[in-house]
Amino acid sequence: MNKSVFLGAVAAASVGATGIAFADGHSGSTLATVQERGSLNCGVTTGVPGFAEPDSDGVWQGFDVAVCRAVAAGVLGDPTAVTFVPTTGKTRFTALASGEIDMLARNTTWTFSRDTDLKFDFVGVNYYDGQGFMVPADLGVSSATELDGATVCIQTGTTTELNLADFFRVNGMSYEPVPIETGAEAVQQYLAGACDVYTTDRSALAAQRAGFEDPDGSVILPEVVSKEPLGPLVRHGDSEWGDIVRWTLNALITAEELGVTKGNVEEMAAAPGDNPEINRLLGTEGELGAMIGLEADWAKNAIAAVGNYGEVFDTNIGESTAIGLARGLNAQYTDGGLIYSPPFR
Amino acid sequence: MTTMTDPPQVEGFRIGQLINDTRYRSYTFQFIALVCLILGFSWLAYNASQNDQLQSNGFSYEFLYNPAGYDINQQPIPYTSQDTHLRATIIGAINTIIVAFLACVTATIFGVIAGVLRLSNNWIISKLMSVYVEMFRNIPVLIWIIIIFTVAANTFPPISEFRLPRDGSDPERGLLFGMFAATNQGVFVPRLVFADLGWIVAATFLASIAGVFGWKAHAKRKLYGEGKEVPVLGPSLAILLVPTIVVYFILGMPVSLENPEMGRFRFEGGFLLRPSLIALWFALSIYTGAFIAENVRAGILAISKGQSEAAAALGLRPGRIMSLVVLPQALRVIIPPLISQYLNITKNTSLAIAVGYMDLTGTLGGITLNQTGRALECILLLMLFYLTFSLAISAIMNVYNNSVKLKER
Amino acid sequence: MSDTHAQSVAFVRKTEIPASPPPMAETGALKWVRENLFSGPFNTIMTLLGLLVIFYLLSGLIPWIVNGTWEGSNIQECRAILQGNGGGCFAVIADRWPQLLFGFQYPDYLRWRPTLAFLLLFAAVPPALFVMYLPRWTLIATAVYPFVAYWLIWGGTVLSPVLTAASLLAGYLVFQKVERRGFVLGLAAGIATAFVALTISGFITSAASGVLALELVESRAMGGFMLNMILGTVCVSLSIPLGILLALGRQSKLPIVKGFCVVFIEFVRGVPLITLLFVANVVLAYFLPPNANFDLIIRVIIMITMFSAAYIAEVIRGGLAALPKGQYEAADSLGLDYPQAMRLIILPQALKISIPGIVNVAVGLFKDTTLVSIISMFDLVGMIRGPILSSTQWVGVYWELWAAACVLFFIVCYGISQYSQWLERQLRTDHR
Repeated sequence: MNKSVFLGAVAAASVGATGIAFADGHSGSTLATVQERGSLNCGVTTGVPGFAEPDSDGVWQGFDVAVCRAVAAGVLGDPTAVTFVPTTGKTRFTALASGEIDMLARNTTWTFSRDTDLKFDFVGVNYYDGQGFMVPADLGVSSATELDGATVCIQTGTTTELNLADFFRVNGMSYEPVPIETGAEAVQQYLAGACDVYTTDRSALAAQRAGFEDPDGSVILPEVVSKEPLGPLVRHGDSEWGDIVRWTLNALITAEELGVTKGNVEEMAAAPGDNPEINRLLGTEGELGAMIGLEADWAKNAIAAVGNYGEVFDTNIGESTAIGLARGLNAQYTDGGLIYSPPFR
Repeated sequence: MTTMTDPPQVEGFRIGQLINDTRYRSYTFQFIALVCLILGFSWLAYNASQNDQLQSNGFSYEFLYNPAGYDINQQPIPYTSQDTHLRATIIGAINTIIVAFLACVTATIFGVIAGVLRLSNNWIISKLMSVYVEMFRNIPVLIWIIIIFTVAANTFPPISEFRLPRDGSDPERGLLFGMFAATNQGVFVPRLVFADLGWIVAATFLASIAGVFGWKAHAKRKLYGEGKEVPVLGPSLAILLVPTIVVYFILGMPVSLENPEMGRFRFEGGFLLRPSLIALWFALSIYTGAFIAENVRAGILAISKGQSEAAAALGLRPGRIMSLVVLPQALRVIIPPLISQYLNITKNTSLAIAVGYMDLTGTLGGITLNQTGRALECILLLMLFYLTFSLAISAIMNVYNNSVKLKER
Repeated sequence: MSDTHAQSVAFVRKTEIPASPPPMAETGALKWVRENLFSGPFNTIMTLLGLLVIFYLLSGLIPWIVNGTWEGSNIQECRAILQGNGGGCFAVIADRWPQLLFGFQYPDYLRWRPTLAFLLLFAAVPPALFVMYLPRWTLIATAVYPFVAYWLIWGGTVLSPVLTAASLLAGYLVFQKVERRGFVLGLAAGIATAFVALTISGFITSAASGVLALELVESRAMGGFMLNMILGTVCVSLSIPLGILLALGRQSKLPIVKGFCVVFIEFVRGVPLITLLFVANVVLAYFLPPNANFDLIIRVIIMITMFSAAYIAEVIRGGLAALPKGQYEAADSLGLDYPQAMRLIILPQALKISIPGIVNVAVGLFKDTTLVSIISMFDLVGMIRGPILSSTQWVGVYWELWAAACVLFFIVCYGISQYSQWLERQLRTDHR
């Protein structure tokens, strides 16, 4: 008995040990690490419809996921070479700080303290959001200022709790906070009537309302109580890698502005036209790729993989999808929105 | 050895003795163990020192004095979002203690009832209790907490049925006795409101409780000392109620009940038992109750049948046999495992995070950690708190255990 | 006297009168019912209450199960089929069954591998569980199983588990050879051999990673009930030897070793598992070498193993304390040194006493593996709380999913605890 227990234990212990021993360490820049590994570790949410959610085949889909795929296509030439690491509000920052993930594309609000105190670099904004409120239509509430005394479900782990506390304090109202860890459970509580109001980013509200049995039974109140610029972020201190993520995002935005789409990008790259910015973007003119340590056609790969910013928006969260978000602030600056990319030059 | 007349080898210390000589071997092993330990810890420390992020953030608890910025629903002590993280942490700790205490009490009640009934002669009852015990023992407590939370949200009447319709008609449901309302936003109960002199009434009541115990001790002395049976129930009730009621009316009714009243969205005033508290409390009690039931059953079975037969021969009724003869003896067997069940309850309260109950894990290990990003500091402090709770509970319970232990002389 | 008497009367009955049947109320089912269910007013009330509870439970459950449907690919279709007849929408289980079992990331065409590993478990575990009834050589299956299961679930070249096993075997053989010259020396030589062999085989496998390779699956892809099973079995089997060491350390007379073991055990037992998982999730990564792929599942295995090792150590300490002092003294009087006494006399008996306790810890640990859902791992509970409940197809289907989770856990845990009770009866040597 004793001997067999001992033997089994040693055997089992060594399996773990070899797993560690075989995982060779490597150092250097994030870019080198990613290229050596052959895949990008990208942190996403544990599931927000339209933004990042595994479909029934287990393939991650969504607006944030597209950013990861675009970076993987640009860096590795393969949009499927991404390992998606689901993170919660609690784990996302340590996952990034400890090097478990290379970038975080997860509905994360760009704030002063996160950028400075927590030592991260936000590389841009891929979605301008704001915190909103959803209430059942039959509650007869038309403005968030009428919510004095209401029970509010909050999805924790973001800046949501703080914005909510500020909003109610400034307006001199009281409320009963019900903090809930996951969006699915918050929705479940809201639908059961265990809270009168559900608050989170308006994009998520719209996304979740779209999945209700009776979407018209709930209304999203007009107040937007916070600015929530959501964007991908990387570790502080590796500017080279930050540039790659930043300019991949910018490439998608510029592509929309210039009319480069998933459909015509190959054609445009094969036969350079006379628009120098398109040519520089697609690597047929100049050496922008080499400047950030990538192939000349990195942006072309990224666009070919997921489409331009507008296409990503439309296929995942746009008005034709179940989520049904309007472009609003997230339209190109030429259409009155805030989406604006610095020039490729 | 005896034939040789070697002098004792005082100077003859060889390296080999470090391994082979039992006198020195223990030092060698301890030295090796110490070196391994130091190497292990310095390896961890070295890795930490290699992490730029950790280095630049430093290790400091100063964030505890910054405003927390978030609200907490269940506030045993006053708190606003402008108070510090430290105060939020303390509230979390108190909330942990509240739910742990409530769950320990009810789990013991459930456990004792189920354990006794499982040994009942009544086939249906004992089988029903077996089903209860096996059901709850073999399914993770996290699943039970979530299920009960979901049940509370979906089966309690929605609060909208209590609201006053805007057309002025009566609501679908009213308060039970004008005091209680069980809704899916929690159970609303009345609250005691103490006016200026209210504390005198409360003090009188507490003194009366002490008086009841005093009377019981007196009755026991009489019974054992002089063989006189002194009535207990009537005088106890009188001692408990009369002085309090007299004081209450003399002082002009300084204590009143504040009933919940319907506001715009929910009941204002009164006291609210939140669904998260109910789910956690109930799930922990019923889950741990199943384990305690097994301990109680084992404790009772450990008492030899002769004891209950002897008690029966003396003419005691079955209920009294259980409460006067079997349970007091079984207690000695039951208490040590009961301590570890109480510890389990306290540790399992940390699952509050699954239902959003604002305990220590919800404040310090939850929102504070999320907002400040100070993972290392928050988690260390969190562990320290739980360690303190655990050690305190085992200390208290061990004192109690020693007091009921069979004194062997 | 009897003779005279016999002749003086006309008729003597030679046979006994057949017993008349007992009154109706004293026979069969009726008697049983009366004695067991209605023996007094209190008992009658309890019986009626019990029947009421049973009726209430069944009247809720039966229509839900009987009227339930297994058809439909989303909640709307399901509702259309049910037409509000109170049945359950079990279609969600049919639709998401593979996800509940394997998570959503394990490649679907490779699911036969963990399934096979699971089936092999039934060949590997009985030799260890029923060690007194099966021949000892069957234990080989148990010893080989971890390597086979590792290869099947994670994939990669077959060389990796084979060489690892070979290295360990080499270490063990060296240990046996050298042991005669001292246990410590033997142990050191064995560990050194195993370590060297492991390093060499590490080079070999990385050079020849294509030999008989199954497709590699990352740890991150593990999910669903499979993840609970992996965490449960791996952590329990790793924590038993660790627990033995800790228990011996706590009993030892060496103050430093004893102090460390006491502090470790009491610390781990004093904090909730969830805080240790937080450590695995958000802190531990800082203290491990950067970039060495200690992914979340390995960090979680480390912490859960530490957790259960502390509990198992306490169980084994109980077993050690329960041994009569004479056993220790007898070992000493035979001239056995500490390792020999422990291996030959003390531990076999102490472990035998501790087995039911260890099994209880194992069941508790298996249930506690659901806590990993809180740190964003997709075990069975995590799959239900996250991807399945938030998917637009199945939003609002809770009861059926939680019922499925309950059934899965109940089967496994009830099975193990029944085994534990059986074992307790087998090991009872006092023949009461």
